[in-house]
Amino acid sequence: MSLGLEHYLVLSAALFSIGLYGALTKRSAVVILMSIELMLNATNIALVAFSRYIVPVLLTGQVFTIFSIVVAAAEATVGLAIIMAIYRSRETIDTTKIDLMKW
Amino acid sequence: MGLEIAFWVLAVVAIAAALAVVTLRNVFRAALSLILCFLAVAGIFVTLSADFLAAVQILIYVGAIAVLIILAIMLTREVERGSLSNKLVVPVLISAILFFGVATFAMLNTSWPVVSLPPAEPTTALLASKLFGEDGFILTVEIAAILLLATIIGAITIVREK
Repeated sequence: MSLGLEHYLVLSAALFSIGLYGALTKRSAVVILMSIELMLNATNIALVAFSRYIVPVLLTGQVFTIFSIVVAAAEATVGLAIIMAIYRSRETIDTTKIDLMKW
Repeated sequence: MGLEIAFWVLAVVAIAAALAVVTLRNVFRAALSLILCFLAVAGIFVTLSADFLAAVQILIYVGAIAVLIILAIMLTREVERGSLSNKLVVPVLISAILFFGVATFAMLNTSWPVVSLPPAEPTTALLASKLFGEDGFILTVEIAAILLLATIIGAITIVREK
């Protein structure tokens, strides 16, 4: 059985689901950010797989993946900066205890 | 044949490493498994003949983002507390499995317009002409540059000591 687009899409869905589980259940903000990176990687796999199997010569999916990586890097940088700022003022990054804006 | 073996090995490694990220109690070990997962995804990119993206994946994710995450773990004393879960474990587990099932069902039952052309290789020159050439994505490249500049300024402003 040769490799097809579906193999990569199912792998991408599996990684995305694992990241979704981590992002919604973890209490540590750093682990939540790690799970979000997992989900972004899963979407990158799907984009590159579409690029390889549907537009193999145009490479549009790979161009989108480059921008997706840029946005992921920006998101990780600002996210970790916010985590550091919260840790400095509240001595914890437990998301169940950071409830200042919860009504 | 070699491509199939490489894909299955990399897929198993990627999923095992991702599961380790969300299940390990030690946050530092979870970050190390995240690096393993990034490396496996880079290998998956190689099997998709996206050589430039595999290099970018290793440079940016393993080289920059993983180092940033490990630095944040060390600066916030997360290792002592461990990676705890909140009260939503069971409902989120059910929803994640449901999402995986629905997504897989939808993907397997869609007839994708697959083209059986050989992939373009090597991709670096093609990607460069796509990004910077005529009718390319040059505006998006400039927007990405402004986004990165705003990110640098924002990160410095947020973490600066008052």
